[in-house]
Amino acid sequence: MSNYSEESIINYLGPYKGDASAVLRSLQLVQDLLGYVPDSALDIIAKNSNVSRAEVYGVFTFYSDFRSTPPAKVVVKVCVAEACQASGNASLISELHDHGYDIHNGSIKDDIQMEQTFCLGNCALGPAAMVNGNPIGRATCERIFAAAAVVAS
Amino acid sequence: MTKVFVPMDSAALSMGANEVAEAISEHAAKSGYEVTIVRTGSRGMLWLEPLVEVETTAGRIGYANISADTVPDLLAAGLLSGSSHDSCLGLVDELDFLKDQTRITFARVGIIDPLSLADYESHGGLKGLRNAIALSPAKIVEEVTESGLRGRGGAGFPAGIKWNTVLYTESDQKYICCNADEGDSGTFADRMLMEGDPFTLIEGMIIAGIAVGATEGLIYVRSEYPHAIDVLNQAIAVANEHKILGDSVLGSGLKFNLEVRVGAGSYVCGEETAMLESLEGKRGMVRAKPPIPALVGLFGKPTVINNVMTLAAVPMILADGASSYQSFGVDRSRGTQVFQLAGNILRGGIVELPFGITLGDLVNKVGGGTHSGRPIKTVQIGGPLGAYLGEDSWDVQMGYESLADAGGMLGHGGLVVFDDTVNMAKQARFAMEFCAEESCGKCTPCRIGSTRGVEVIDRIVAGEEQSKNLELLEDLCEVMTDGSLCAMGGLTPFPVRSALKLFPADFGIKSGVK
Repeated sequence: MSNYSEESIINYLGPYKGDASAVLRSLQLVQDLLGYVPDSALDIIAKNSNVSRAEVYGVFTFYSDFRSTPPAKVVVKVCVAEACQASGNASLISELHDHGYDIHNGSIKDDIQMEQTFCLGNCALGPAAMVNGNPIGRATCERIFAAAAVVAS
Repeated sequence: MTKVFVPMDSAALSMGANEVAEAISEHAAKSGYEVTIVRTGSRGMLWLEPLVEVETTAGRIGYANISADTVPDLLAAGLLSGSSHDSCLGLVDELDFLKDQTRITFARVGIIDPLSLADYESHGGLKGLRNAIALSPAKIVEEVTESGLRGRGGAGFPAGIKWNTVLYTESDQKYICCNADEGDSGTFADRMLMEGDPFTLIEGMIIAGIAVGATEGLIYVRSEYPHAIDVLNQAIAVANEHKILGDSVLGSGLKFNLEVRVGAGSYVCGEETAMLESLEGKRGMVRAKPPIPALVGLFGKPTVINNVMTLAAVPMILADGASSYQSFGVDRSRGTQVFQLAGNILRGGIVELPFGITLGDLVNKVGGGTHSGRPIKTVQIGGPLGAYLGEDSWDVQMGYESLADAGGMLGHGGLVVFDDTVNMAKQARFAMEFCAEESCGKCTPCRIGSTRGVEVIDRIVAGEEQSKNLELLEDLCEVMTDGSLCAMGGLTPFPVRSALKLFPADFGIKSGVK
């Protein structure tokens, strides 16, 4: 995933050339392509959008979706917001912790990364989780790891 | 050929709906049955998902909580003829949960194929747009004003008045921005409508565009909603292809283009001015108001910003007339509200009703109490910035003013139910923690107040100088309420103060301490 060239990124960013309003979309595009936003991409985007690197960096660091390092093969998002708290997500979080995952720090183990998120919009079937974009309702460790195994295979 | 309906709503997918659809198609083929599987939105009875429906001469028969491995058994028992089975609910339209609702905005969700324009039209779609095209812009705005429709995103501002401002502001370019950054925990109506009936939102946005003279529309959807984004993009492509969008909407000569923009994991971008900044590609920093976005909005141009539910109510208002919509509701809360029952609730999901039902009836009668079976301790209404209400508020009517009078707020209509195991000091602390995490950082009360708030609550719970720290917390809440630029810092004190007022024992307040 990390095989990229400056040229290929610039090609993809072509439609956004000179468009200062496309900084966020440019970052999203790079992350869609590579799985993360390498430091060098910030310069490329700055040049392409005709804004300063500082401005691109400011946008990059504001939004929690962006990563500066490659993600694990499987990314699990676990909801920590109120509706899932009410549905007993504390025991799920502590079980995941027992498996070696601290969702508050986005820890990676065995090619699985566990991250916290605030609301996945599945608030009547909590605890809610998402495994590489696939929603899991009434989430348990078993259901999460089973889904992770499916997407990893 | 038997029609079998399987939802593709995210909530249904989260319980295995895709696997169920595959299993039905595989096993039906093996057994020589001819079936057509139609993927729909969800009926909003989320505790029954995956809910499979079969078309029969009597109507659609439902089967609840189906899993892929029960499919062979279900087929053998006569699923395709609507035969009885342990999981059979009978006619879905006759279920009390649905029968007692007034589905206007959600009329088609769960029933039609979200991407079939033919389905949409045969269920009343595009009627509002056709009516709007025949009217003058001022007349469309008048209809929306008369309907009494207020912003469903939380602020409750009259939609027609906002539209009127944009209509009469001269500009070479105007925009319609749909706020689909549904970040409040306990809310999912926007997502379910976008996944289950996207053409309704598209139609509402086109009508808004025609009404105020805007030719460009943007839908800002949060990145946590990948399925909604996918369905919207497909629906927009269909609408373009059929010239419902584009240079001449339904041959009227009026132009309207629509595009989906995706958020990047920021709660504050649901605040309208932060959303504008994000749409302009910048950090989601809140703007000071005035000027209001209706005058100076996206790229400095006059902009209508409405929530998904607000815009989705518009086609029905134009189709059936303002008076029809206006006839529902109480006082100044007109029309229907799409309530979302969430958290620890037995029957969670979508409840669309005229304003006026009491909180107690909504959570106890409609929702059936908690999922855990324990007593309800509190309900948080309106997301992370909404107040916690207790049993003494069961008689409060669900409406903008009535809830405000009870010290709460309607917000986006989400209700998160908690049972008696919840510790309210933890919830108050979380409210401050969440604000610290998601604050855009522009104004001091929110940026710093939230962090200090966590610390003060910790000291109160630890029993340190409680009187002094309670006074400090009160003072802090006052500064945040009065001194924050937007609702993020301004409303965070709501859950904190209400938790403390209702459940001081959870904070370990010693006797004699005030």
